[in-house]
Amino acid sequence: MSHFAVLNPGVLSLIQDAGRFGQSQLGLTNGGPLDAGSARWANALLGNSSNASFIECSIGGLQLQAQCNTTLCVTGASLTLTVNGTAKAMWQSHSVKSGDIIELGMVSQGLRAYLAVAGGFNITPQFGSSATVMREGIGGLNQNGAKLQAGDKLPLTATATLPTRQLAAAMQPNFDFSNGLSLRLVEGYQHQLFSSVERQRFYLNTYTVTPKADRMGVKLSGPAISCSSTSLLSEGICYGAVQIPPDGQPIVLLNDRQTLGGYPKIGSVLSLDCWLLAQAPAGTQLQFVKTDPQQAHNALLLAQARYQRLLLSMASIKNPDGTADDN
Amino acid sequence: MNISMKTAINSSKPLYSLTIASENAVMVYFEQKMAADIAGLVQQAGPLIRRAMGPHLLELLPSYASVMVVFNPFSCDHFQAKQLLQQALSSLSASKQPVGRRIELPVYYSEQSGPDLALIAKTKQLSVAEVIQLHQQQVYRVYAIGFAPGFAYLGEVAEQLAMPRLQSPRARVPRGAVAIADRQTAVYPAVSPGGWNLIGLCPTPMFQPHNQPSMPVAVGDEVQFVAISKAEFLALGGQMGDEL
Repeated sequence: MSHFAVLNPGVLSLIQDAGRFGQSQLGLTNGGPLDAGSARWANALLGNSSNASFIECSIGGLQLQAQCNTTLCVTGASLTLTVNGTAKAMWQSHSVKSGDIIELGMVSQGLRAYLAVAGGFNITPQFGSSATVMREGIGGLNQNGAKLQAGDKLPLTATATLPTRQLAAAMQPNFDFSNGLSLRLVEGYQHQLFSSVERQRFYLNTYTVTPKADRMGVKLSGPAISCSSTSLLSEGICYGAVQIPPDGQPIVLLNDRQTLGGYPKIGSVLSLDCWLLAQAPAGTQLQFVKTDPQQAHNALLLAQARYQRLLLSMASIKNPDGTADDN
Repeated sequence: MNISMKTAINSSKPLYSLTIASENAVMVYFEQKMAADIAGLVQQAGPLIRRAMGPHLLELLPSYASVMVVFNPFSCDHFQAKQLLQQALSSLSASKQPVGRRIELPVYYSEQSGPDLALIAKTKQLSVAEVIQLHQQQVYRVYAIGFAPGFAYLGEVAEQLAMPRLQSPRARVPRGAVAIADRQTAVYPAVSPGGWNLIGLCPTPMFQPHNQPSMPVAVGDEVQFVAISKAEFLALGGQMGDEL
């Protein structure tokens, strides 16, 4: 069987696809890549469908051995990618042969890297998705929510060499957060339960990413925000929701969040900025910037248009004979 | 930001309001209380919203007194979502109470299978038999599903049985544990940490990811617990957790 063998899963490697949607009424969360912007490029540079299954490797250290010929691509957090010890560029497709050893070093900027193969890994979906949610025991290679382990065999379909495609450096996301990060926020939910003084405090101050950050969400530290109500009936929590628990320290809820919660929420961070937040290490300084729903929608459409335009420009330089090109 | 409402007949109180939740999510809020009539509105709203939003709908999540609606931002925007939701919810009626299915869940109540029965009885000055009787005589409604896959919040527990959550949660609550917290009750679908008071074990699987349907209940359904013996519990496939 054509596959990649996992020699070392590194710090945390999970099978993901675009995510599990429409199952929240069963209590199932979305899962999917924390940095969907980088993940979709890993698939796109191989010509894959946007929902093809790939690996999200957090912090780094993943080692694989190809057991067939294929083409792969690694995007996301900066790290050293090698094939048989030879350094290879990220954000670019590379052909590999059966027996090749693929290694991801430790991240130097950002936290999550994405490794995709041509055609995607062949993973049986569960509730419509291969996304691994460890807390739920759902998804992944064996449909049990397990992270990748040494010895796992990740099935794929061997393919002929694809033309080389890459995303120009200037177009790659920037994970240097030394000058801070700003998160655009659409006010919503219980924002009216926060007084204007509390809202000013929230927007005017700097918050710091704490080590309490995982696939469920990112806990921040900074000036405490208080809310006029602390107990609510549990309600649906959407992606990016900023929850203010009784200690006043905001939590930005991400892909593996619980579907329901009863803490007050001031609004939600724009998805495009959640992708960056998930790449920001503990200690990153950030600020919230208020945006309105129309501006948020415009930002989404512009980002999508830019992505489509880049994709089209790549398709036009594809070599029909399958040889590597020089872009 | 209450941007829409529908008013009950002969009343100035709106039945619902719409509030933005994120770039592509809207909350439909009803009166914020845990009550059967509100749950009835939540239940009515679900199919209406699903039909109106059609292919724009990514996620629909009902809870006690709200429905979260997530739409595809590349085919719909907040302006359109608001219009579609207002149109859909115009047929909501406070007097029309949909009846969900009635599901019976067997429970083996005992001090062996429900280690907090004695504590509840003592705290509430009832006998263990009375606690069991009070728990199973009530018809509950599924108010929400969340916390973990298949975890259904059922209400309302008789006031005499309302017990606060444990001071320190258990690290390991067995699969099938029937539990009480305040005026809610639930069956733990899988082994997990938990702070609710355990009163029995239910042999019916609450979440089977490899089956269709994966859950015996949905939001809006009615649930009644029926006491069974240990022998019946075991015959129905129940397993006694050794950790109790």
